[in-house]
Amino acid sequence: MSEGMLTPAHVVQWLTSVQTLVAIIQVLGFACFVFIVTRRLAPLFRAERDFRLDRPWLRAQTLLKYWFGQWKHPRYRVAGALHLLIFAGFLILATRAFYLLVFGLTDDFATPSTIGRAYDVVADYAATIVFMAVLAAAFRRIIFKPARYAVPEKYGKGHPGDAIFLLALIALLMFSESLFEASRAAVQAQAEMPGEFLAILSLPWILQGSLQIAPITALWKLHLGAYLVDVVTFYFLLCYRPFGIQFHVETSLFNVMFAKLDRGTVKPVRWGVSDSDLDQVKSFGVKKFEDFTWKHILDFYSCADCGRCSDNCPANAVGRPLSPRFLTIKARDYAFDHFPVFGKTNNSHALIGGIYSEDEVWSCTTCGACEEECPLLIEYIDKIVDLRRGMVDDGNVPKSIQKALKALESRGNPYGKMEKKRADWAKDKDLQRACAVKVLDGSSSAQTLYFVDSITSYDDRIQAIGRATARILSEAGENFGILGAGEKDSGHDVRRFGEEMLFQALRDHNVAAIQASGVTRIVTSDPHAYNALKHDYKDVPPVEHISQVLAREVRHGRLNLKPVQDTGNVYAYHDPCYLGRHNQVYDDPREVLDAIPELRRVEMSRCRDRSFCCGGGGLMLFYEPDEQERMGVKRVQMAAEAGANVIVTACPFCMVNIEDAIKVSGMEGKMTAIDLTELVDQHLVPRVPESHERGANALVHANT
Amino acid sequence: MEILVCARRVPDSSENEIQLNRAGNDIEREDLVYSINEPDNYAVEEALQIVAKAGGSVTVATVGTDEDEEILRREMAMGANRGVLLSDEAFSESDGRGIATVLKAFAQKNHYDLILTGVQAEDGGAQVGGMLAAMLDYPFASLVNSIEVLEGNKLKIGREIEGGSKELSEIDLPCVLSIQTGINEPRYVGMRGIRQVASLEIPTYGASDLGIDKGSVGAAGAKVKRDDYFIPAAGKGAAMLQGSTEEIAGKLIELMKAKGGLQ
Repeated sequence: MSEGMLTPAHVVQWLTSVQTLVAIIQVLGFACFVFIVTRRLAPLFRAERDFRLDRPWLRAQTLLKYWFGQWKHPRYRVAGALHLLIFAGFLILATRAFYLLVFGLTDDFATPSTIGRAYDVVADYAATIVFMAVLAAAFRRIIFKPARYAVPEKYGKGHPGDAIFLLALIALLMFSESLFEASRAAVQAQAEMPGEFLAILSLPWILQGSLQIAPITALWKLHLGAYLVDVVTFYFLLCYRPFGIQFHVETSLFNVMFAKLDRGTVKPVRWGVSDSDLDQVKSFGVKKFEDFTWKHILDFYSCADCGRCSDNCPANAVGRPLSPRFLTIKARDYAFDHFPVFGKTNNSHALIGGIYSEDEVWSCTTCGACEEECPLLIEYIDKIVDLRRGMVDDGNVPKSIQKALKALESRGNPYGKMEKKRADWAKDKDLQRACAVKVLDGSSSAQTLYFVDSITSYDDRIQAIGRATARILSEAGENFGILGAGEKDSGHDVRRFGEEMLFQALRDHNVAAIQASGVTRIVTSDPHAYNALKHDYKDVPPVEHISQVLAREVRHGRLNLKPVQDTGNVYAYHDPCYLGRHNQVYDDPREVLDAIPELRRVEMSRCRDRSFCCGGGGLMLFYEPDEQERMGVKRVQMAAEAGANVIVTACPFCMVNIEDAIKVSGMEGKMTAIDLTELVDQHLVPRVPESHERGANALVHANT
Repeated sequence: MEILVCARRVPDSSENEIQLNRAGNDIEREDLVYSINEPDNYAVEEALQIVAKAGGSVTVATVGTDEDEEILRREMAMGANRGVLLSDEAFSESDGRGIATVLKAFAQKNHYDLILTGVQAEDGGAQVGGMLAAMLDYPFASLVNSIEVLEGNKLKIGREIEGGSKELSEIDLPCVLSIQTGINEPRYVGMRGIRQVASLEIPTYGASDLGIDKGSVGAAGAKVKRDDYFIPAAGKGAAMLQGSTEEIAGKLIELMKAKGGLQ
């Protein structure tokens, strides 16, 4: 028998030995995987509760959109496209991998069914595309080195080799699978058996072309060898994945399925513990790793270290000691170290002073840019708030914030100003000539409550926003009033700074005051108050931000706006985080701006859901961050780059930060900031006769 | 180490607009919010830190009325083991010596290795600590801004000397120290902490419990009496700048330039 000849006996012998080997690899590989995953799941069972099984229909939709549909990926064009290709390829190849692994290797050369053949063609192309996408991804990482993958020194050493190794493994998997197909097809062609059709220009097709002249025995060996390499690579990958970013292949499905469904909210101190039972909870917040919820630990495992969060994080951009990416990676590494696959569990170390610094946790403005970007829907704000709750519980709060919290407790505002002066902004003579603002303290009533909140009530500059809002509401014919001294701070950022009990005291006070006022709706000019009233408060009438009211008035043609006063101005709208990202109000303010005739408006490159935080509101104004530059300064530069000379915003805190930034960056005279309400107020055309009736209404109430 | 911290409740200067009353002998006390005298809060924090290292317990005492309980609760929420209210009608309108007399009587009823006071009350004259030490015949150090517990019943204490240098001394226990702000960073007391101690009983001691002669304290025993209380009229060379913050800053710069303070 000459070399290259193949007898049936040979084939059977080889098949039997390879089949035995494959069976052993399969059992061992699968057992290893189960063992490793069980160990990885251990901290999840020690973690805090988290309710993530509600609203199955919504969860299915989320899964379809963000996991199957890879919704967030195209936000980064190149990386997103590559990931989409690899993900789609994996989904297609999963069936074949399953078939190959379960049914092992046979000498069945029977012609597959039409569907089977069609699938094989698709799978051939899928393997080819994944192979090429993986090469492109490796090429991109090695040659172009996108900045967001770099690991800054303070966060430890980078592991650029890890990603390349992973990509190489995937490439090997695709290659071995294709070689397996190609060698079989080559055998079939040489033996003149009814051959399988390989997809033209696919990797197996190209390989088959180059294998055509090889002797049949070598081809058989290659066929079996490719199969073995494929199986070993597959199981190696499976067991290697739980040791790093590649674990997201397994966890992503669950992470997206159990994702947080409610924007703008903050998780309760403990899931399943009502507010009234909180006094029984021994410790608040996250102090040690096991204080995280199981879902938050799943988040850590699911992070693919793609760096999109930190690429968009304003705190990271200005050099604050916070990078959401490393907030996760450090926790994941902690989990790997303290709950190792092999060896003893070694837990219960304090996180603050351990893997996290105090300033790191206080640096977050809760703007939500990281969460908006994450393709895997990893949460950050709830973790930050939980870490802050732990620090507040330990009395570990920066002095400047302590002062504000103390003042909130005793005076209901962070400035320590007198309660009775809360409505002083409305006593302005010019305002009173235009509209008298009723104080709903029991002596008068109204349909609409204007919830002013602390900064608009007390800050000299911001009071102008309050007066503009009052004039607009009056012009829109609203029968409205304010709570005056009966209003306390909404507590929005008290909650987000981790002082839950103080927040609840403020909330309970306001809810009672709002209910007693008898109003049927609430309007506010402060997105933080808006978010609090909408998501943090219960049993209060529906709430709207003033921009929503304005947009409706514009749409119904009830607001007469005169042409823009200064035609030389170019306006850029800055999306406040708590109006935009957290509440999805992007279009209303723009619609209002566009309703001012002849107003020239441009968009900043970072707008809408990619808006760049001004520096943070609420208690963040009292925090002295460790940073190289102010967020506001960066934002003012962005507006200048967009060609604007007026920044329009719709949040009092944005106004404070942006006006400060204009001064700090020496842009005075070149850039100004104005609130949407102020701009509308300037362009209001007072209504003639037909509005008389409504104006009179306000006057009547003013006299009560 | 058993530590007694003497604390006082004062109008919070950062959260009030202090105005004179009509009679002109006190400030208008309606609408005021009160809090613990700030240096006293540092003293409690220091006591807690000493106890955390050396063991023992912290007692916070105040001379006052039921209203003053709130600061005791706040300090208990902070971590103090007990709060004690020293209250008697006879104590009202005490001068500094009267307050020291009451505190001395309480301190003698119990054994304390260390007694801390704030360096001064925001509305007071930094007199009680020294008098208390003298009455107890304990050594006294004022303006303390660092404490280290040494072997053999001693402390090493530091204080800042005018001009920025620092002096270190050893002092024998028991002793009285008046604590300067800045010695530490007092921990935050949250709403939750205060709620947790809200229902704890605070023992109250009157003059008879403490064995104090009522004639030696309060208005009867006071040898220092407040005569007047006013906001001084702007003198010559002093000018109040009016206007917005920016205008004031502008005027200030002009003035400094005019007087040669700025080139």
